[in-house]
Amino acid sequence: MKKYIVLLFISLLGFAQQTPAPKQNKSILIIGAKAHLGNGEVIENSLISIIDGKIATIGDATLMKPAKHDIIIEAAGKHVYPGFIAPNSTLGLVEIDAVRASDDESEIGEFNPHVRSIIAYNTESVVTETTRPNGVLLAQITPRGGRISGTSSIVQLDAWNWEDAIIKENDGIHLNWPRSYSRTGWWAEPGGIEANKNYEPQIKTIQDYFDNAFAYLNTKNSKKDIPFEAMKGIQNGEKKLYIHVNGEKEIIDAVLFKKKNNIKNMVIVGGYYAFKVATLLKENNVAVLLKRVHDLPLLEDEDVNLPYKNAKLLVDAGVLVGLENAGDMERMQTRNLPFYAGTCAAWGLSKEQALQLITENTAKILGIDNQYGTLESGKSATLFISEGDPLEMKTNVISFAFIDGRQISLQSHHTELYERYKGKFEQQKK
Amino acid sequence: MRYLSLLLVFLLSFSVNAQEYFPKNDGVKQSFKNYFALTNATIYVSATQKIEKATLLIKENKIVDVGTIIVIPKEATIIDATGKTIYPSFIELYSEFGINKPTARPNGNFTPQYDTNREGYYWNDHIKPEYNAYENLSYDEKAAENLREVGFGSILSHHNDGVIAGTGLFWTLNDKATNADRIIKEKVSQHFTFSRSKFTKQSYPSSMMGSMALIRQVFHDAKWYAQGNTANKDLSLEAFNANKSLLQIFNAGDKLNALRADKLGDEFGVKYVIKGSGNEFERIDEIKKTGATYIIPLNFPDAYDVSDPYLAQQVSLSDLKFWNQAPFNLKILAENNVSFIITSADLKDTKSFLSNLRKAVLYGLPKDKALQALTENPAKLVNQFDKVGSISKGKLANFIIVSGDLFDEKNTILENWVQGNRNIIDKINPTDIKGTYDLSFENQKFELKIEGENSKFEAKISRDSINYGTKIQFNDPWVNLVIKNQDTTKANFVRLSGTFIKGQIQGKAVLENGNETTWTAIKKEIVNTEEKKEAKKEELKVPSMYAVTYPNIAFGTKEKPKQETILFKNTTVWTGEKEGILKETDVLIQNGKIAKIGKNLPASGAKVVDGTGKHLTAGIIDEHSHIAISNGVNEGGQNSSAEVTIEDVVNSDDINIYRNLAGGVTSANLLHGSANPIGGRAAFIKLKWGYSPDEMLVKDAPKYIKFALGENVKQSNWGDNARNRFPQSRMGVEQVYEDYFTRAIEYKNEWDAYKSGKNKKMPRFDIEMEILGEILAKKRFITCHSYVQSEINMLMKLAERYGFKIQTFTHILEGYKVADKMSAHGVAGSTFADWWAYKFEVNDAIPYNAAIMQSQGVSVSINSDDAEMSRRLNQEAAKTVKYGNVTEEQAWNFVTLNPAKILQIDNKVGSIKIGKDADVVLWSESPLSIYTKAEKTIIDGIIFYDLEKENQTLSQIQKERADLINAMLDAKNKGMKTQAPKKKETGHYHCDTLGEYCKESHYKYN
Repeated sequence: MKKYIVLLFISLLGFAQQTPAPKQNKSILIIGAKAHLGNGEVIENSLISIIDGKIATIGDATLMKPAKHDIIIEAAGKHVYPGFIAPNSTLGLVEIDAVRASDDESEIGEFNPHVRSIIAYNTESVVTETTRPNGVLLAQITPRGGRISGTSSIVQLDAWNWEDAIIKENDGIHLNWPRSYSRTGWWAEPGGIEANKNYEPQIKTIQDYFDNAFAYLNTKNSKKDIPFEAMKGIQNGEKKLYIHVNGEKEIIDAVLFKKKNNIKNMVIVGGYYAFKVATLLKENNVAVLLKRVHDLPLLEDEDVNLPYKNAKLLVDAGVLVGLENAGDMERMQTRNLPFYAGTCAAWGLSKEQALQLITENTAKILGIDNQYGTLESGKSATLFISEGDPLEMKTNVISFAFIDGRQISLQSHHTELYERYKGKFEQQKK
Repeated sequence: MRYLSLLLVFLLSFSVNAQEYFPKNDGVKQSFKNYFALTNATIYVSATQKIEKATLLIKENKIVDVGTIIVIPKEATIIDATGKTIYPSFIELYSEFGINKPTARPNGNFTPQYDTNREGYYWNDHIKPEYNAYENLSYDEKAAENLREVGFGSILSHHNDGVIAGTGLFWTLNDKATNADRIIKEKVSQHFTFSRSKFTKQSYPSSMMGSMALIRQVFHDAKWYAQGNTANKDLSLEAFNANKSLLQIFNAGDKLNALRADKLGDEFGVKYVIKGSGNEFERIDEIKKTGATYIIPLNFPDAYDVSDPYLAQQVSLSDLKFWNQAPFNLKILAENNVSFIITSADLKDTKSFLSNLRKAVLYGLPKDKALQALTENPAKLVNQFDKVGSISKGKLANFIIVSGDLFDEKNTILENWVQGNRNIIDKINPTDIKGTYDLSFENQKFELKIEGENSKFEAKISRDSINYGTKIQFNDPWVNLVIKNQDTTKANFVRLSGTFIKGQIQGKAVLENGNETTWTAIKKEIVNTEEKKEAKKEELKVPSMYAVTYPNIAFGTKEKPKQETILFKNTTVWTGEKEGILKETDVLIQNGKIAKIGKNLPASGAKVVDGTGKHLTAGIIDEHSHIAISNGVNEGGQNSSAEVTIEDVVNSDDINIYRNLAGGVTSANLLHGSANPIGGRAAFIKLKWGYSPDEMLVKDAPKYIKFALGENVKQSNWGDNARNRFPQSRMGVEQVYEDYFTRAIEYKNEWDAYKSGKNKKMPRFDIEMEILGEILAKKRFITCHSYVQSEINMLMKLAERYGFKIQTFTHILEGYKVADKMSAHGVAGSTFADWWAYKFEVNDAIPYNAAIMQSQGVSVSINSDDAEMSRRLNQEAAKTVKYGNVTEEQAWNFVTLNPAKILQIDNKVGSIKIGKDADVVLWSESPLSIYTKAEKTIIDGIIFYDLEKENQTLSQIQKERADLINAMLDAKNKGMKTQAPKKKETGHYHCDTLGEYCKESHYKYN
């Protein structure tokens, strides 16, 4: 048994940095870990069997007898978690914020449902490899800009190319809802906030666009309209409509829009003031991917800890909530996703509820919960073993991570430089 | 008959305004000038002295006499002013009235300009003491009329443009004269501002602290120039020196800026008259202490239109409250014996001046103080009290006639006399034609009813209960009526025109067909509408004033929090010292210091806080912060700006101070940005929320200056226009330092030679060189923004060449590559826990940086450079446990004791040690845990943040918001003017933030 573990370490070190892991041909058994299922439940002493990249069985080790496995990992005192999911992410679309040439996150034009993030997704981004050692193993790669930014896809974060990476291609369309107020002035001299006189017309423009798109899709056309083709699936719910919106009034309008157009799958992204209309969201089955937790309140008069409490307010109201991370330095901050969840636990949620915000809930919201988001028999073995609580900085120390059963590299540009310079100074000492 | 003679006098005065020695070619010279006597008036000869039934005698432009026993010359024109009140006319000291301004240069993308455009003047185009308002005049009759209508008679005009904006003149609002008569004094004042000139694009200064440093340098240069130490001509400095004796007016604005202006003046022995903004009451104690005279505007905000609740949410409590509080400002200034004058500046419409003045009086400003502030005080300030400011013999005949008490809303200013020229605003004894008349023409009888106000009459004509549409015009004595035929399908009119004499109107009627005939109207009875109106009028109610909080925004407290004696019982104490973490321990804080650490300490009167299960630590110190800074974090107008200091611009009103307290931060080192290789000086503050900037500064902390390397200083990310400032490469950065330090040495040598008598000529005092000299003398310490190893190494080697060491590298993201060299140099590293990938030079930034640097003996701290991250620095410290296995105690010291050491203030703060300042935080759990909360944050033994009281504070904020919003809705319903809701901008500075204003940068190029 020990032999296997040693083997595993050797094979890990043998990996060149960033080389995606090969398909898992061996069966793996993880014994004794505290399994955090991602659905709120915990198995104190668990037994997890991974076969063909799936969780074959998961259960209480005291009640089960393990079958023979190729690799056995003794994990007593350790913790197993489903891989964390980063929705509304631009990983792989931009490498360095300030270098324009490395920026592929947005297109010109207002309505770009046909623009697809997946084909620009750079699996070799050095930023991406730094997210995995913190437990973030899946992401929704999402374009930015315009009124309709484009179409996102969901990927796993250890792949040779974007085709390899796909978990769900073209999962949804992203709509940036207008704001009922607008900022005056220019960047160097910001004025106040004033009512956006164009708010109603802007909503009407969106409505017209959807009307036309649906009209096109519901009739036979001799000529192909590329953007409208991309809207296919919104009506019947095959594709989700992600509405990026934070204001209270705007969220109400977005829900009205969903009702009016009979849109089956609509998700609020951002949702800073969603807690104020939580009942409406619950009634209409609208989930929220909540704005970055580590942020300042939007208004001077607000509870200074509102961004930390926001998730609890929504969870308590029965809204399905996941955490997203758009904003300043968003790609590099992806690795802090678990700590956003941790902060939500500090301010009212239980730790397992907080965990749901970046696992089960997000998987449900993205529509990948049949395979990902929880530790359940039959689901993909996308999980990791941590020395301690991964929502806590001090104890987020990950020893093994698997995507679809493949044991992935936890090396990165950062660990490589760390080892190199640690080595340099050790050598100097001698 | 009297009117006729008056008219003649007026006509005469029109034609005699030419100077007596000027030739006259359009007629014969006339010299007779008659007396005017205003009799039976109530006269305020000064703000405090009133004479009843008095006469005011005037000849030409002067007051001949005033009093109750006055001999009126026979020939005098007498104006009966019975029941009227005469006041000295008002004096405006803050105006751009009548200044001919060039058009400002258009905005747009320009290549930055670093050098001056001018020759023979100061090196900086924003310094314009040589500008004289009197040389740029264009008397504006319309504006003059507006000012006269609200009571002003004389005015100080200047051009509010540039950091030193030149001189102002004092003149009158006399339309019937030329500038030759109007100008009382061509140079009375010199003007200062914090803002750049709109007419030059020279990039320096680009911040308020830059403007302040520039003013200081001008004072030094002017003195040096006056002593004849330079051969070149500098017309600006010559003018500045010549202007010294004038009134010095500083357009400061906000109350904190007023304190800044006053401080600046104190440094050079100048007592500025400070133009305020109306929020002085928010820091009244400090304002009072300045002892300065203030020019105060009456620009009370309108209520916000809060009928849309979603939009109303955007308005901050501070803005809502300011609406309630602003009208009390003058009352509070008066109560505190602050010397002030009142200006009509900053009003959207000059016409609202009088109503706002009355509002201020209604809200408690004593009338005599109001009058003084508009007459005597400004007159004395401009040294013209012998000419204006009161009504007395020999002074200019500048006065206003009011229908009664000026401060009573129902009264109006009837006349405004300027230099003896009578300007009628409303007639003193207007002819009243109100009444019901029997109207007859062409043998037809009608009833004519005339109603309404003087000068705005309305007429109704009826017969047999049929009304005829009627329009009336009255231009004493002429009455014109246009009557529409009752047949509405035809546009036929009867026009009546006649003169009103003693209740009777007679004249000519033009019928529909063009035939002419006569008409008469004879008055029947007096219509009394007065009573009805009086009844309708509501008593103006003065609302009670919302208490001023410190600061006067949400989360401010009604009183500055006070020091307490507190005993923390039975808690886990992270000492930060060799004692390590002490369990179940008590800590007593007393007199702002940590007094005792031990077990079972007696309470003896102390407030006891049970710390069971909790953790007590020293407060977090953020080595690199940009919160609490006013108007610009970067002086990027030049490649070196050692002359500027953040200490000048500490902003005690920034909500981020409170948010930081909520994250357990007790002090912060406020740094200049990274726009140039030699940045500005830093300010070390304690986050004493509610206290003044001065009280927040830790004055005896060692002094620091910000340097910067890399992409920001070579302007890599500033766009293609920014290609003309040296350096544009890392190579150039080194040479900037070589240049400045070489010069600093030479500068010191020059001064040494001068002081020892070897050299007779006094060198120029250069603030920038003085500061660089402090670095060379190891009295000031460098904290340098840095990223890549090459530049880090360069600066250490450079410093070694010049015999000093770099104290701190901040950011220092490649510090791990040269940690051994850093250790050898003795420089500390203040870094981010895990930031990277935001720009090219952070490509090799790794989160293990802190751990490696520390392992090589570098003193390490974790800083924020960010208002959001700074309130979670405990979490950032915890990341070093994850990345590099730093011990928890060590990780905690990264944000407490180490920054204290790096800032060389560890004798006072940074750990829990007897005798140190009581800057402590009580945490709900281990301070490094993601699950912990700062429950109490204490500075100098004062509780500044208390989580327990947070809910109470929030409901108080909600209540005040709701009350104020209701009051505003009420105001709107009553028909008062409202304004659209505005969100208060609370942008955040980062290293790269340029210009004076905050912005939320899309990318952080920190």
